[in-house]
Amino acid sequence: MKNAISLKRNCFDIVPYLFIAPALLVLASFIILPVIMAVRYSFYNFNMLRPDRISLIGVENYKNIITDDLFLTAIGNTFRYAFILVPIEVVVAFGLALLVNNSIRGISIYRIAYFSPMLTSMTVVSILWTFIYNPTPGQGLLNSFLANIGLAPCPFLRSADTALNSIVAMSVWQSAGNYMMIFLAGLQGVSTELYEAADIDGAGWWRKMRSITIPSLHNVFVFIVLMTTIAAMKMFTQSFVMTQGGPDNSTMTIVYYVYQQGLQFRNIGYASAASVIFFFIVLLLSTAIKKFVDSER
Amino acid sequence: MIGRRKRQIIKTISLYLVNTLLGLLFLIPLLWMIASSFKPEQNIFRDMSSISAFIPTDFTLDNYRQAFERVPLLKYIANSIIYISITLMMSLTFNSLCAYALAKFKFRGKQFVLSLIIALMVFPFESIVVPLFIIITKMNLLDTRWALILPFTARCFSIFLFRQFFLDVPDELLEAAAIDGSNRLHSFFAVVLPISGPVFATVFILDFVMHWSDFIWPLIVLIEDSKRTVQIGIQAFFTDPPIYYGPIMAALTIVVIPMIVLFLIFQKYYVQGISTTGLKG
Repeated sequence: MKNAISLKRNCFDIVPYLFIAPALLVLASFIILPVIMAVRYSFYNFNMLRPDRISLIGVENYKNIITDDLFLTAIGNTFRYAFILVPIEVVVAFGLALLVNNSIRGISIYRIAYFSPMLTSMTVVSILWTFIYNPTPGQGLLNSFLANIGLAPCPFLRSADTALNSIVAMSVWQSAGNYMMIFLAGLQGVSTELYEAADIDGAGWWRKMRSITIPSLHNVFVFIVLMTTIAAMKMFTQSFVMTQGGPDNSTMTIVYYVYQQGLQFRNIGYASAASVIFFFIVLLLSTAIKKFVDSER
Repeated sequence: MIGRRKRQIIKTISLYLVNTLLGLLFLIPLLWMIASSFKPEQNIFRDMSSISAFIPTDFTLDNYRQAFERVPLLKYIANSIIYISITLMMSLTFNSLCAYALAKFKFRGKQFVLSLIIALMVFPFESIVVPLFIIITKMNLLDTRWALILPFTARCFSIFLFRQFFLDVPDELLEAAAIDGSNRLHSFFAVVLPISGPVFATVFILDFVMHWSDFIWPLIVLIEDSKRTVQIGIQAFFTDPPIYYGPIMAALTIVVIPMIVLFLIFQKYYVQGISTTGLKG
């Protein structure tokens, strides 16, 4: 037996490579190759509608993009969306996890209730909430409710001031349950001995939260902040279905911009440059979050 | 002692109260969707400002009949199920084989492959849709099922989940199989697969839910109506006038049902999947 293994080690062993080949081939052709192509195209004037006029133009695309007001608006909107969404989502998800982290009878029903919006896709949710947000009198669920409790109607998606925030509210509702489940798994992993010791010392709820629960979940918090931030930076479906980027481009996001330039106008070179910028924004943001967290420790 | 028990009861009651209120708040949009799908159009608007918004007053199936008449919903659902099934058959095979090699074999370049897969895990798909569209066009796959399948037959996150599981498979088990003279591919299928049900179930359900919700990619590569996936189909239905609430609510409800059924069956694995994400990450 030992002999057989050492014998195998001496000659070149091809079997492991055969195991990883199919997956690596797919990753190479459909992730790595596109990345290289995106970088390459970003230096070209390349419009699919005029395939005869492809030419190398250096950093021209990048110059045009960073002076394009619409792109700057898209970047601004995307960051605003992320900065509003991430704190709310993390707090809501954590709060829900605390609420369902116990063993009262029927608790799993509540867990499923909080989680259920996650099972409806973003497209379904966006269509449903377009009806809920409908500001036409007598046609929107939310405004009917506001009228019932004596509040003024809100234009929601029809006004540049409220559209993005309306999408934030819906998105929190849709995905908080998902992050709640991750928090819950973390909470259940915190050792009960710590809490028992704290009980003996007579520590109150808030004290236990601050000194035991939150520090124990440090990694989970970092992970969830990272996930929600990256997800927020990629926002597209909600804007596409609910507002088509409007009103007044107030819900135009970076991915929507890339989609519009590349796949509607077929401006491949230009959209590739926007994609490259987008990739670096996500990369910088996630390293910044990691760096910030490490320096905190 | 009595004081403590009293406190416990108060705590339990308030937990029920808060959870019930919040739970209803979370369910309201879905309850409204389902109730509205079963009532005549004018009732949807009439009931809107009262509690009957969530009750199917004058129960009718007419919205469902209209939805099925106006859009080939079953066709869309079938399209989605077919492309997701083919994708998963391929991706479960490719990803598990790759993960198994990364967990159990020694070979040159293994560390490099591992770090590559972890680096690609957070890579935003949205930043490569444009060149990927060109690749698919050049492969003459535009507006075909393969355009939806091929790019997703390997997934770094799934490889990662599989590897975590395979790392825990005891080496003795594999050595025993080696003594029996079976080669490694055979021992993978004969020894490892039979005990890997849970991880396959987890990856299956996570990927199924993800692909069922896919939007941007099918939107880009599908042109013909008959090839649409569910999400693209209902989005097209939503923008195709005349827009009536009832039939659209019925269509939304139908699209949601397969996910709820799958979730109820695979609940344990789904929750396991998303929980490990956070703990390992």
